[in-house]
Amino acid sequence: MKVVGPLIVVVLLAALAWCCTEYLHWYALFGIVIPYVAVVLLIVGLVVRIVRWARSAVPFRIPTTCGQQKSLPWIKQAKLDNPSSKAGVFGRMVLEVLTFRSLFRNNKVEKRDSKLGYTSAKWLFLGALLFHWSMLIIVIRHLRLALEPVPDFLVVLEQADGFLQVGLPLLYISDVLIVVGLVFLLARRLTIKKVRYISLSVDFFPLFLLLGIAISGIVMRYAFRVDIAGVKEVVLGLLTFHPVSPDQLSTILFVHLFLVCVLMVYFPWSKLMHAPGIFMSPTRNLANNSREVRHVNPWNYPVKVHTYAEYQEEYGEKMKSVGLPLDPEVVSTNG
Amino acid sequence: MTKKWTIGIFIVIVIGIFAVPFLVNAGQPERDPEVSYDTPQINAMEVKQCIEPTEYMKESHMVLLDEWRNSVVRDGNYEYRSQSGQIYEMSLDETCLGCHSNQADFCDKCHEYSSVELYCWQCHGNVDTENPEATIITDDDVLFTEKA
Ligand code: HEC
Ligand code: HEC
Ligand code: HEC
Ligand code: HEM
Repeated sequence: MKVVGPLIVVVLLAALAWCCTEYLHWYALFGIVIPYVAVVLLIVGLVVRIVRWARSAVPFRIPTTCGQQKSLPWIKQAKLDNPSSKAGVFGRMVLEVLTFRSLFRNNKVEKRDSKLGYTSAKWLFLGALLFHWSMLIIVIRHLRLALEPVPDFLVVLEQADGFLQVGLPLLYISDVLIVVGLVFLLARRLTIKKVRYISLSVDFFPLFLLLGIAISGIVMRYAFRVDIAGVKEVVLGLLTFHPVSPDQLSTILFVHLFLVCVLMVYFPWSKLMHAPGIFMSPTRNLANNSREVRHVNPWNYPVKVHTYAEYQEEYGEKMKSVGLPLDPEVVSTNG
Repeated sequence: MTKKWTIGIFIVIVIGIFAVPFLVNAGQPERDPEVSYDTPQINAMEVKQCIEPTEYMKESHMVLLDEWRNSVVRDGNYEYRSQSGQIYEMSLDETCLGCHSNQADFCDKCHEYSSVELYCWQCHGNVDTENPEATIITDDDVLFTEKA
């Protein structure tokens, strides 16, 4: 159920958009109102979640460290894996975000004969890299629908992505790779028993939703064509707040767009928030300089204390008179 | 607690990413590709009609061209029967660009708008406006001979 449920939800959402535009002709709702609402909800949701995170307590340095800490000058520090400076943190963050170094370290436990052993498991890293980079390239390429005149770098990106020159319209490599990546990530959750056991429906839903978006987009490009110039007019209308009627566009576009809107609304309240979240993780964005700098808990309450020295000062005479041992240091400081 | 200004900058960046497409387009008038049909052949037509219905041409002209190309280059078949029963010669240069001879104001205009860079023009199309025949691929230029 945790697998089939999310799949059914995504299929129903796609069917909803299809029926409402193909048969009920609610073009303005699906082409103008819902996209605006989705963008607003996305931005509000992002800000709410970020502010909420920002208010949570990070009193101390808790970076995850994966190498030698900064120490004596003759001990080589792992500057990226155990950064002690802002520059080190920046470098580590950039590499983490662009290349997923922490996934590169993914391990799996294996029983070899009677011994337990750890081996590296790179497939998650490769699948994640494949999906995220394809998605980034696709989203950037989509800007051609939103920018007029189209900047040159987009044309270059399109040419590079389509350089295989297969068929017309040209086959984009990123379209193949995003599906390969997503199918792999899905297969991983389904086939590895331990991963399947810990996967919930909220792990499957984003995968199905993204697959739905990618497949509807791919179908739109290579099978049921849409009038791209017409789509661009509608998108530019939305962006300039002078909406153009989307009535003449094909149904498949509304399915694609509606699934994207669902993603936008869902995004801030889901695990997909790991995208902005990575920048806010104290295990990643702090320098490990606990030995150089004293980090005092900023909201330490000024507790009124009565030290032993003060105690002895107050009762010293009485203690002495009944023969209780006195702390010599305190006595000496007392003179 | 993270410093307030760092979070402020972060939120501004996050919102900024979504604001860019709106800001870039702010205040711009409505823009469409503004293609021109002002060519001698189209002006001479009584019913202004493309090979297939306009809706299909807008969406799928590249699919049609792909079919034509394969049909000509692989099967040596130059005849295309449209839905309306009209026979056309399958030729990008002579048929499409025969009617749409204003390539720059028609194909290129819309492709620029839609960010499509055609590699076809390396060989096809009237690149040389002075001497069009030199660059148009005609039947005389056939590079591939049909199997007997
Ligand atoms: C109304 C706008 C418009 C006009 C006019 C137009 N095209 Fe296109 N054409 C497009 C769009 C949009 C695409 C890209 C579709 C896509 O990327 O899915 C395209 C793609 C193509 C492609 C496939 C290229 C590729 O890289 O995928 C060819 C070939 C093509 N057009 C040929 C022509 C020719 C030849 C003409 C002139 C006779 C022409 N087109 C006129 C909008 C137009
Ligand atoms: C017989 C002349 C003729 C030929 C041949 C012809 N066209 Fe057209 N084409 C037209 C006319 C006329 C229109 C305008 C139709 C209308 O306004 O409804 C048109 C419209 C179009 C459009 C839609 C543009 C828009 O306004 O969005 C495209 C794209 C197009 N043609 C591409 C082609 C391609 C590609 C070929 C070759 C496969 C071709 N045409 C061959 C006459 C022709
Ligand atoms: C390397 C040069 C070259 C490129 C690039 C090229 N073609 Fe061709 N094309 C040819 C040649 C040569 C023929 C064969 C002409 C013949 O047999 O009559 C041909 C034939 C065709 C034909 C059928 C006959 C004719 O004269 O039009 C079509 C349609 C066609 N090409 C479309 C395209 C399209 C669309 C593109 C871009 C996506 C393209 N071609 C890119 C060289 C090229
Ligand atoms: C999360 C965001 C989105 C993703 C992942 C996505 C994914 C895709 C994919 C994989 C394709 C296949 C063709 C290609 O790669 O260009 C595609 C095509 C398309 N998408 Fe999206 N899409 C997204 C958002 C949007 C939005 C907001 C629109 C606005 C209307 C849109 C409109 C289109 C159109 C018109 C096509 C057809 C392009 C063509 O035929 O060349 N997409 N999309």
